[in-house]
Amino acid sequence: MSEHDHASVDGLAVDHHFENADQQYQSAKLGMWIFLATEILFFGGLIVAYTVYRANHPEVFVFGHHFLDKNLGALNTVILICSSLTAAWAVRAAQLKQIGMLKLMILLTMLCAFGFLGVKGVEYHSKWKHGLLWAGSYHPHEEHEGSAVRENAEGVGEEAAATSAAVKQMEAAPPTAPAGPDRSAIPPAAEGPAGLAEPVVEPVDEHGFAAEPANAQIYFSIYFLLTGLHGIHVLGGIGAFAWLLMCAYRGFFDSGHFTRVDMVALYWHLVDLIWIYLFLLLYLID
Amino acid sequence: MSEHDTSGVHVASVRLLLLVWVGLMFGTWLTVTASNVDLGSFNIWVGLAIATGKALLVGLFYMHLRWDKPFNAFVFLSAFFFLFLFIGFTLMDTAHYQPVLIPGYSPGMGG
Repeated sequence: MSEHDHASVDGLAVDHHFENADQQYQSAKLGMWIFLATEILFFGGLIVAYTVYRANHPEVFVFGHHFLDKNLGALNTVILICSSLTAAWAVRAAQLKQIGMLKLMILLTMLCAFGFLGVKGVEYHSKWKHGLLWAGSYHPHEEHEGSAVRENAEGVGEEAAATSAAVKQMEAAPPTAPAGPDRSAIPPAAEGPAGLAEPVVEPVDEHGFAAEPANAQIYFSIYFLLTGLHGIHVLGGIGAFAWLLMCAYRGFFDSGHFTRVDMVALYWHLVDLIWIYLFLLLYLID
Repeated sequence: MSEHDTSGVHVASVRLLLLVWVGLMFGTWLTVTASNVDLGSFNIWVGLAIATGKALLVGLFYMHLRWDKPFNAFVFLSAFFFLFLFIGFTLMDTAHYQPVLIPGYSPGMGG
């Protein structure tokens, strides 16, 4: 390491409630890590929804992930990893008072963030075009048997609609129902108001996967909530980096005070971390 | 190491930053490749292991946990502990009532 690879935390006046600059810096950092822990739990609720639904209804996820472009997902992963590199480099530049490099790295990080949102926009647009949306807005334009059943069920009173859909599916199901690997792991065996429930058989299309399992809309609800919440975090990151850029132009980092850059970078790395998992959980199901 | 100065602030070298980047890119390639190999129910665990390896790279080096006070890592890992409890207990609960559910479309969500 060259000799100038040292940074000091003495760049900023110490607030009166801190012993010294180091304590001030460490306190800011601990606060940031506690915030990041709450962020994990913030996403945690949706991750639980994902885990529980996938554990009980794997066929819905196998069906849904065929509508996601693995290449675009991988491209976005690469973009975010590059932005993590530039964010970490920005911290280094701020520590070493390399203001020009700092501005460049902040700009590159923002560029990557906009690139990520652009790719995400392309993906969202194609879902929108095909009606592959959340919950009640899920109207796939291709006519699948599953959706036809649900449209029939709309004629019935609201309370009976769900039961009636289940009954119709039972009637449509051939008696020799093969229990394929795409089926839910838990056999429905309850005696309900509609009689004894039989396993529902999804019609298989020419590609060999189920044309549409029951409740396919839930995959898209979870997909849009997880990627949407993540996308909002990316937007927040862009705002934070824009603020850093403004600080850099006003000479705030000239004194070697890098805490702000460090904290924003920590946040940005977390956004990258979460995407690493989302890419795996949403795109790479097989 | 000369990378530590008296106030305990660590500056990551460019070489290290680039090495971690190469590792993350390799991890991404590995995840996609592994997802194309059919390992049955094992796929998700392989994928999660690779993703966690990438997360460790980001956490230890880009987020400086390797040189930080261990308490910061403790705070962060505690979030995963509670997430694990959250997922574990919810799965145990749903595993109990799933077999007695009546299959059908979610009420009010169809069509």
